[in-house]
Amino acid sequence: MINLAGRDILHGWGKFAFTGIGLGLLIGVTLSMAGIYRGMVEDATVLIEGSGADLWIVQQGTLGPYAEPSSLRDDVDRSIAGLPGVAQTGNVAYLTMQASHGGTESRVMLVGFERGRPGEPAFLVAGRPVSRSHYEAVADEKAGFRVGERVRIRRHEYEVVGLTRRMVSASGDPMVFVPLKDAQEVQFLKDNDALVNERARTAANPSFNRPGVPGLLEAVQASQAQSRQVNSVLVRVAEGADPEDVAAGIRRWKRLQAYTKAQMDEILVAKLIATSSRQIGMFLVILSVVSAAIVAFIIYTLTVNKVREIAVLKLIGATNATIGGMILQQALGLGVIGFVVGRFVAGLWAPVFPKYVLLLPGDALRGFALVMAICSLASVVAIRAALRVDPAEAIGG
Amino acid sequence: MATADHPAIRIQGLRKRYGTGETAVDALKGVDMTVGHGEVVGLIGPSGSGKSTLLKCLGAVIEPTGGRMEIAGEAVYDEGWRIDDLRALRRDRIGFIFQAPYLISFLDVTDNVALLPMLAGVGNAQARSRARELLAALDVAHRASAQVSQLSGGEQQRVAIARALANRPPVILADEPTAPLDSVRALTVVRILNDMAVQFQAAIIVVTHDEKIIPTFRRIYHIRDGRTHEEAGEGRAP
Ligand SMILES: Nc1ncnc2c1ncn2[C@@H]1O[C@H](COP(=O)(O)OP(=O)(O)O)[C@@H](O)[C@H]1O
Ligand SMILES: [Mg+2]
Repeated sequence: MINLAGRDILHGWGKFAFTGIGLGLLIGVTLSMAGIYRGMVEDATVLIEGSGADLWIVQQGTLGPYAEPSSLRDDVDRSIAGLPGVAQTGNVAYLTMQASHGGTESRVMLVGFERGRPGEPAFLVAGRPVSRSHYEAVADEKAGFRVGERVRIRRHEYEVVGLTRRMVSASGDPMVFVPLKDAQEVQFLKDNDALVNERARTAANPSFNRPGVPGLLEAVQASQAQSRQVNSVLVRVAEGADPEDVAAGIRRWKRLQAYTKAQMDEILVAKLIATSSRQIGMFLVILSVVSAAIVAFIIYTLTVNKVREIAVLKLIGATNATIGGMILQQALGLGVIGFVVGRFVAGLWAPVFPKYVLLLPGDALRGFALVMAICSLASVVAIRAALRVDPAEAIGG
Repeated sequence: MATADHPAIRIQGLRKRYGTGETAVDALKGVDMTVGHGEVVGLIGPSGSGKSTLLKCLGAVIEPTGGRMEIAGEAVYDEGWRIDDLRALRRDRIGFIFQAPYLISFLDVTDNVALLPMLAGVGNAQARSRARELLAALDVAHRASAQVSQLSGGEQQRVAIARALANRPPVILADEPTAPLDSVRALTVVRILNDMAVQFQAAIIVVTHDEKIIPTFRRIYHIRDGRTHEEAGEGRAP
């Protein structure tokens, strides 16, 4: 027996190719949406792994530092460092801001870190680590900076000395790592007028401006000009210590919130990405419905245009199974063309997306199964129409 | 099957009623017809006389209300009883030729013919070689691998005749096969049908209005108001 569906597809291949490519673009968008979600989860994982921390210490009652603002004094790390099970601590400050270089502005996440401590960039793909204590930066390559370039953030210029990879914030902004002091200064930097005003006000306050205590006024003014706050303290636990126990100790004794990797992962994926994932889920549903409608429409049209041939086929003894099978196979064939085109274009345009698109083979497989299911469902209307065709129609009235 | 002892098709007292009660229409009121192997007969009658209804009963796409029909001695209908598989009967025992060729556009010429044996379970290679033989018998062997749309109308009609013969059915039903053709082409088709009837020992029933071909039949069934009357034709060579 010859494959009727295959012959019909080959005969009208233009129609099938055209519809298949259209369907393929839709499927490509669908796969990309799934890829964007996977990319977000992957970014979150890399964010957690790349920080080199086992615990995140943040302000009590907050989901910081990524999902909510958190503010700690930058000397709490010293008291944490003394706790049992703590190997190393590092202060970090995170700020999302605009950076400008070469006349273009881009959105980055500025990360203030302490050299040699948790929170520094995990690995470099170019250049060298930050070695001076001011105005040097290591940037994620997605920021588009080059080694040796100068980047302006607020009032200061930074020299990009190194590039790292796959270090982006939870919302996909590339990270720019600078010394903690610089980040603190940027975060709490007052403009010059505010600074002059505040100095004047302090000088006018008799409790700070005491002629008998030289140097007091200068010390107070210096402390006002700089920030002593950070967003989080990252902790590396000692060999053999249970991060969960160390975290429990910190929560109990220091009146601070401490999150383990698993908890941080939960915060990022379940809380921060949840809305995006629901949004993407909605898109997947809509795209599935649109794909189904397209397949149903085209298969129905092809079938209705073949009513006479179907009547002849029935008259000469083709079974309902043969005819229904032919239509089902055409719908599935359209789905296969669409899926191949879709997977191809999704791979083609993934690198162009501003966000990381992670195309997992498992998702492709699930997508393929979904496409096949949608196509089968979409062929039902056409199959019903074909089965209603009366072989007597082939014989004139 | 007892082909030699029995006529290719025999119907007796065939009746068909459409609908029920007040609005019922008796389209066939007792039709008798017997056609032998190798014979071509005409079936003519005015509009509304029941030609299409009879053709559909003969073609096993509608069931008669009563009467008997047998093909090569085998009962198909008998006073309300019918054989189980009408679809297989149509496939194996009846060939169809229509006013237009109605070929399957997405199959090439050979496969249009080979499809019938294939549907009957014959292997592809054997079905295709049978198809090529028939195409040769109908002088369209040179078009065997062409697409249907590349053929002329006359070539398509020959392919349609080859298709009707593909499963070597004892009965072939032709529904106005010459209606759109000029008289030369119409007579050519009738000549082919006569040749094929003899060559394949099939009974061919030609429903027609076509004055050009009516003189070619040796026997003609007139149908009027649901009843048939047999009559000798001129039997002129087409
Ligand atoms: N499906 C049907 N339902 C009811 N009446 C029908 C149907 N088909 C045909 N008839 C009636 O049966 C009679 C014979 O019709 P038909 O077989 O089509 O004649 P012909 O083909 O000779 O013109 C007509 O009176 C017609 O109206
Ligand atoms: Mg009619």
